[in-house]
Amino acid sequence: MSGYFEGVLVLLAVNIVFAYGAFLPLAAGQLNLGLAGFAAIGAYAAAYASNSWSVAPTLAIVLGGLVAGVVALAVAVPVLRTRGIYLALATFAVGQIVQATILNLEIVGGAAGYPVAAFIRVPTIAAFAAVIVVIVALLFATRFGIAVRALHDDEIAADLMGLHVRAIQVAAFTIGSIIVGMGGGLYAHYFSFIEAQNFNIALSITVVLYVLLGGTQSVLGPLVGAAVFTLLPELLRGSQSWRYVVFAAALIVLMALRPQGLVTRGQLRRLFKVNRQPEGIAA
Amino acid sequence: MKAERSILELQDVTKHFGGLNVIENLSFAVARGSRTAMIGPNGAGKTTLFNLVSGLLSADAGRILFDGHDISAVPSRQRVGYGIARSFQNVRLMPHLTALENVMVGQHSRCGGLFGILQPINLLPNSRWRAEARASLADAGLTAYENATVASLPYGVQKRVELVRAIMARPRLLLLDEPAAGLNSGESEALQQLLDRICANTAMTLFIIEHDMHFVGALCDHVVVLDFGRKIAEGTLAKIRDDPVVQRIYLGTAAASKERNHATRCA
Repeated sequence: MSGYFEGVLVLLAVNIVFAYGAFLPLAAGQLNLGLAGFAAIGAYAAAYASNSWSVAPTLAIVLGGLVAGVVALAVAVPVLRTRGIYLALATFAVGQIVQATILNLEIVGGAAGYPVAAFIRVPTIAAFAAVIVVIVALLFATRFGIAVRALHDDEIAADLMGLHVRAIQVAAFTIGSIIVGMGGGLYAHYFSFIEAQNFNIALSITVVLYVLLGGTQSVLGPLVGAAVFTLLPELLRGSQSWRYVVFAAALIVLMALRPQGLVTRGQLRRLFKVNRQPEGIAA
Repeated sequence: MKAERSILELQDVTKHFGGLNVIENLSFAVARGSRTAMIGPNGAGKTTLFNLVSGLLSADAGRILFDGHDISAVPSRQRVGYGIARSFQNVRLMPHLTALENVMVGQHSRCGGLFGILQPINLLPNSRWRAEARASLADAGLTAYENATVASLPYGVQKRVELVRAIMARPRLLLLDEPAAGLNSGESEALQQLLDRICANTAMTLFIIEHDMHFVGALCDHVVVLDFGRKIAEGTLAKIRDDPVVQRIYLGTAAASKERNHATRCA
């Protein structure tokens, strides 16, 4: 496998993991712009565990995800009290705090960055991504998944049916952060070097874009979004410096034509012919 | 004498929004197993009262007793666990979920903790929850719509899906806010028969807000009349119809309607 192809594949897998981490809070109607911060926590915690305690990389990556989850849980309780644009700003602030903290943390190299000794190969990364996709897909087939989507639509009606709205929101945010943290750990152990600048707001926004453009209505949305928007810039590589202009223009066209994202539930049903009943049948 | 029989009892309940007294010292009881209607002009405080009972609003004074327990301080989320479910004046379904998923949201209060929440009910076509939800939809004549996204369904169908969702919570008291509004006469009759059947099969108490007196007459055995947050009359529909105060405020008098008919004929 050529180095270039392998690099794209790894990027694709890591982006898919990030996208599913962003998908969980988004499906519950919450915009998390601090997910780069949780990716950083996961990356640094995993790298520290494998560097300093010689923990096996795969275990270190899971550990990194859990550390990100613990921080997310602690942050979720105050931050998720805010809504809409305020929630976006609050989570953005969390991301900035994490980045600034890492810059000043000498034990993991501070501003100079942090080399990672252990290394994982493409199959491991691909397996991680696949397992995460399957877990999220399973989770969304449970009552929890229905509940997450229900309170995205109507929190008051959900509350009156007995759904614990805040607990479900905190759970979605925390599980999402665990996944994002594991994505950070995967990144760290493939590229062998991490620095705080890798985990800036641009990463958060890009990943949220994957999910929004892929569609938040179904579990396939993040997969399609991450795949299209990782591979599309690569396909446009021929046009050299113009490729990002073309890419951005493609984004705008897509948002105008399909504001609900590439994949919607209605479309999936039509595709798989689950719903064969004719429209407007007499009641 | 009422305290023993009533499923819901309001004691001197008061609610005001700023300087506006929406509910004033309101006291009445809904008898267990009854089908009670609440009628009154717009702005009488009927929906506010539903919001107080379902916990979306909290009363400024007074107590609300459900089955003898004071639920005034119980959070809205937990009231469905006591056995109170409701529908809304403007349908509040989850538009992105299918009819079946909406109905399964109604089962949430009975699903039994974390294990129930993590059961992949959408992957197990034969799970008892799914079977139960489908049976209820079938009973309401909604099988054709079970996999349709709710936002795409006609209003009358959405109203019935919302009703089935509320019933899925197996409530002891079902609050319906204008169930017949916006339905044509055929749909309204079908709804009345559905409610008749459900009430006959369960021990559920029905408490509805409704302007359609024909619907009320066909379904309900007791009527409470509200005006400016006060109860002005209570009794059977026949008794309410003859009450001069209710006629003046809400139903209109025979003389007035004769005049109106005359006017229309002349026009």
